Amino acid sequence: MSSVSFPEYEVAFGRPDSYYEKYERKNELSHATHYCPGCGHGTAHKMLAEAIDGLAIKDRTVLISPVGCSVFAYYYFDVGNVQAAHGRAPAVATAMKRSHPGSIVISYQGDGDLAAIGMAEIIHAANRGESITVIFINNGIYSMTGGQVAPTTLIGMKSMTTPHGRSVENEGYPLHICELLATLEAPVYIERVGLGDNKQIAQATKAVRKAIDNQVKGLGFSIVEILSPCPTIWKMNAVDSQHWVRDVMEKTFPLGVFCDKTKEAQPHAPHPAAPALTELPKILGIEDEPELEHATKPRKIDIDLHVRVAGFGGQGVLLLGEILAQAGLDAGLHVSWLPSYGPEMRSGTSNCHVRVSSESIDSPLVTLPDVLVAMNEPSLRKFDDSVRPGGWVLYNGDEFPADCYRPDVKVLALPFTKVAHEIGDARAANMVMLGALLEIAEDLPQDAIDQALRQLVKTPKWVELDTRALLRGRELFREKCAVEV
Amino acid sequence: MTTEQKNDRGKLVVNDSECKGCGLCVEACPVKCIGISDQLNHFGYKTAQYEGARCTGCGICFMVCPEPGALTVWRLVTHHEVVVA
Repeated sequence: MSSVSFPEYEVAFGRPDSYYEKYERKNELSHATHYCPGCGHGTAHKMLAEAIDGLAIKDRTVLISPVGCSVFAYYYFDVGNVQAAHGRAPAVATAMKRSHPGSIVISYQGDGDLAAIGMAEIIHAANRGESITVIFINNGIYSMTGGQVAPTTLIGMKSMTTPHGRSVENEGYPLHICELLATLEAPVYIERVGLGDNKQIAQATKAVRKAIDNQVKGLGFSIVEILSPCPTIWKMNAVDSQHWVRDVMEKTFPLGVFCDKTKEAQPHAPHPAAPALTELPKILGIEDEPELEHATKPRKIDIDLHVRVAGFGGQGVLLLGEILAQAGLDAGLHVSWLPSYGPEMRSGTSNCHVRVSSESIDSPLVTLPDVLVAMNEPSLRKFDDSVRPGGWVLYNGDEFPADCYRPDVKVLALPFTKVAHEIGDARAANMVMLGALLEIAEDLPQDAIDQALRQLVKTPKWVELDTRALLRGRELFREKCAVEV
Repeated sequence: MTTEQKNDRGKLVVNDSECKGCGLCVEACPVKCIGISDQLNHFGYKTAQYEGARCTGCGICFMVCPEPGALTVWRLVTHHEVVVA
């Protein structure tokens, strides 16, 4: 008889709960992050996840992801997520924190995001002492876009845009964000840490946790700057880039605590809730004022027209809409014209939203058009479903595609391009279609249209041709659709 | 099975579909018990691998590792005395 001991092990360190089990960004990459091997973001993410787990705040944490490599943080963290426009994370975080005072709002930003385009936001958020936590990843370069010089690039450091190294004469000095923010009175906790070796990483882990803990206690603005390796853009292996943080970067950006008022700071009372919308006139003292008279010309026309014009670039889609809007303007109406097109000058798709109304216009977007002017088939297929029941589709083509047919929408399908060619130039197809459209919007006076045409079409030759095209369009509409109207 | 063998205080499990083989854990391990595999994983990385002994369960490799779940560190908790006839 003998006794044998069996070892029993339990997990001491494993995937933190704050991460999703599986990442839904890409099927083939649902098991791992999109970061390069050895990326500092991964390590910083883990610190953040450990801190969120450790403080048991996963269900009330809101993470603001920035623009930069960490833009996809929302695919990894199983917390509330908002993705902010470039540099605006502190502003978004301010809104989140003020509207949800019980939440723990963490703004996670890189150096291009925070120190360049978002400089104003971070300074003012810090100066207001917003009760948020900012994790600032500083790798001294714009990594996601391929390595351009950043405000934090070290002197002499080569980048895509400083191929001979950053020079003080040309690009100035590296920005020291922690030192800069430490001159403000409001921040509670500012520390710079690094990911240069085990010791630094241990300190960084503590700092991140403390910065979040400050917010849990309601103390105020905390920021942790993390000097972080970027092996890919620095063109080093992971271990060398880690050591580069410690041996080189730290000389420019000394580590340490720049401000720590954690002990003496008092918990903030949350910001009072904003007044209800209905109370605003009273607060502004305008509840008894009569509605303002419109400064525009007196109008007799009663119209509210929503038009979507779509086609290939070069077909005159935008001009058609512009003339319609200009005519409305000349007739003393409210108008909006919103073009939407790709970067191509020709043959890309392009469309515009036009609204002409006797009342003021709430939104320039036309999501449910009364009239769709589709100058080609792809545009018809794209927008056909959006037409308001009872509305019109003007389609440029011999035959209306049967599968686009809708019983609740009226259709005029004609080869407008061919018609324009017969008049003199195929390029006037847009004006023929506008003519037909004007028969639907019959309240728009002809003189306003003529005036708009002369204003927007510069050469007399084209004004003449377009005027004939408009007339032809009107005629065609009356011939084909007289019964319905 | 020897009764005299001392069990390691920890052990490391590498998930080789998550590891990207950056080598930070190899550098960070205080007792140098992590190496890099000769084999490529499914994604073409030479992943980290536990050498099989001497892990103390300190967890430094885990904090250094950029991937959420590539490394799991286990720690020895108890010994069960089992009587073998």
